[in-house]
Amino acid sequence: MSNIGSYDERIKNFNWKIAEEELGYKDGDVLNIGWHCTDRICEMGKAQKTALIWEGHSGEEKRYTFDDIRKATNTIGHYLRNLGIKNEDRVCLFMDKVPELYLGFLGILKIGAIAQPLFSAFGDESLFVRLENAQTKAIITQRKHVGKVRKLLERIPFLEHIIIVDHDGIKPLKEKEKAFDLEKAEKIDKFEIYPTKAESPSVLHYTSGTTGLPKGVKHVHYSIISQYLTAKWVLDIQDNDVYWCTADPGWVTGTSYGIIGAWSNGATQCVLDAGFSAENWYKFIQKNKVTMWYSAPTAIRSLMKAGEETVKQYDLSSLRHLASVGEPLNAEAVIWSKRVYGLEFFDTYWQTETGSMMICNYPGMKVKPGSMGKPFPGITGAVLDEKTFEPITEPNKPGLIGFKPGWPSMMRTYWNNEETYKKKFANGWYLPGDKSTIDADGYYWFVGRDDDVINTAGHLVSPFEVESALLEHPAVAESAVVSKPDEVNMEVVKAFVTLKPGYEAGEDLELEIMNFIRKKLSPLAMPQEIEYLEKLPKTRSGKIMRRMLRAQEWGQDIGDTSTLDDE
Amino acid sequence: MEEMKDIVLKYVINEYLEDEDEVLTYDTPLISGGIVDSFSMVSLKRFLENKYKISIPDDKATPEAFDSVTKIVKLVNEFLN
Repeated sequence: MSNIGSYDERIKNFNWKIAEEELGYKDGDVLNIGWHCTDRICEMGKAQKTALIWEGHSGEEKRYTFDDIRKATNTIGHYLRNLGIKNEDRVCLFMDKVPELYLGFLGILKIGAIAQPLFSAFGDESLFVRLENAQTKAIITQRKHVGKVRKLLERIPFLEHIIIVDHDGIKPLKEKEKAFDLEKAEKIDKFEIYPTKAESPSVLHYTSGTTGLPKGVKHVHYSIISQYLTAKWVLDIQDNDVYWCTADPGWVTGTSYGIIGAWSNGATQCVLDAGFSAENWYKFIQKNKVTMWYSAPTAIRSLMKAGEETVKQYDLSSLRHLASVGEPLNAEAVIWSKRVYGLEFFDTYWQTETGSMMICNYPGMKVKPGSMGKPFPGITGAVLDEKTFEPITEPNKPGLIGFKPGWPSMMRTYWNNEETYKKKFANGWYLPGDKSTIDADGYYWFVGRDDDVINTAGHLVSPFEVESALLEHPAVAESAVVSKPDEVNMEVVKAFVTLKPGYEAGEDLELEIMNFIRKKLSPLAMPQEIEYLEKLPKTRSGKIMRRMLRAQEWGQDIGDTSTLDDE
Repeated sequence: MEEMKDIVLKYVINEYLEDEDEVLTYDTPLISGGIVDSFSMVSLKRFLENKYKISIPDDKATPEAFDSVTKIVKLVNEFLN
């Protein structure tokens, strides 16, 4: 029997108090995600249950019980507090998927500070704009990434502490750097957790928009209400499950469901800190007898590419439920997984700002391959007319997705950017920026983005950010960045550039520019193709017509060109 | 053969290795070891194509085929001549 039982029944009788009661929370109580994911599980009699099975890229393994993670998060919290970190200070986590990332996240929350996880592949400029926006007080990182922080030191005077979790004790520490070894640190058993309340800030995740700098999405401790219940009902996490969320906690899925959703449900979860390969992933599932697997369309399509013969070499019979998030899951992937694994991937739709799943496919509800599913109980969703923002009642007619505000994990604001936050609402609806249709049975079907943001492998890339970075390359005079279709990643970044006098277009320059962006921003933002143009298409007022370039890449009609400056 | 190995190794060290203390050998896992991610693989592929004037089809440019310098050299040699 699935946790959700009947979706239709849950819709009729839904109240978020179900989650509050199960988590033992009453209005006005202290509510701390760090405590709820560790101490509470121990108090439920599961102290010796395995919480985390971690495997590194060379096969080394570490295991932690819930009592271990309770003490480890206390120890990290204690260490940070002794450094002078206080409630609401921002502490950045800039690490690969090592245990300290997962435990550090909860340790930060236990002292009431705000966790700011950042993808460890970010280049120094991407790191800088996010640290500066948050005025981050401390960063927890690894030796391999500290070089990027050192490069920024003069530009980030507000940063007081650089904590290195794997310092070898040989090379001298530099300015502001401290070595912290979780395994050698004295374990803190009794710890006074900061009495955060429902609306106390918890997490700051950064996301990209079409224009402007990345936005810090502010979440609060009350988000656990949604994250706990969606993990329970959609991912169907049960007591004897071995759960594997493949997302990196540098992104929201990795924290909402790779930490909070999993551990608030007392689940045993495993983490593989290694690059992708189909063999390694199947080996990991087989070895750990993974039962619930939450992954992403890009990974699923890469597994499809690796072929069915690879699947047959492994025993994947432990798997009982699969789900996906990041970008729309194509029907072929759902059908393929049913044929090859004997199980369908259940697509889920949500984003950094929503904090938890919004539209999903549920155990027990018929999956229509290619559909996003239906709104989670307690979520009021609609497809809205693009001009009036009124719900469209006619089936299969595309419009903007809208949600009625008020679910527990909804972002509370964009950090230092209330103005942009307000623009996310119209006519009483929150607008995630995607378009969809709803069929006669109430299933949502993704149509596309409502803006120029590029969704590559489930991660949003701002064309503006890439265009700006391109202009810093000495050869580039002008730039325009759009998405282009990609079989595995759905979309990838493509750049159009004009060159300054004295520079010659060529393959070597293309590679040089690609690597320039990869190091400055991130591998995700690196254009996978650069096209040289004599001039960029512009309106007569000088605005680059990105729309035309995008249409060209997608084989679409380029639309109205009456404003094109064709001189 | 040896020369190509050294060229590729040097390129990987200069372009992708973040940890200056890490020692990279011809057989160090690059993709599964987290040194080169799947997006960065595109630029590594482009480097090989430019350098050796070859074209590596996408279905041959798999994480497994790019997982070490030794494997990359084997792949490149398939397309030379």
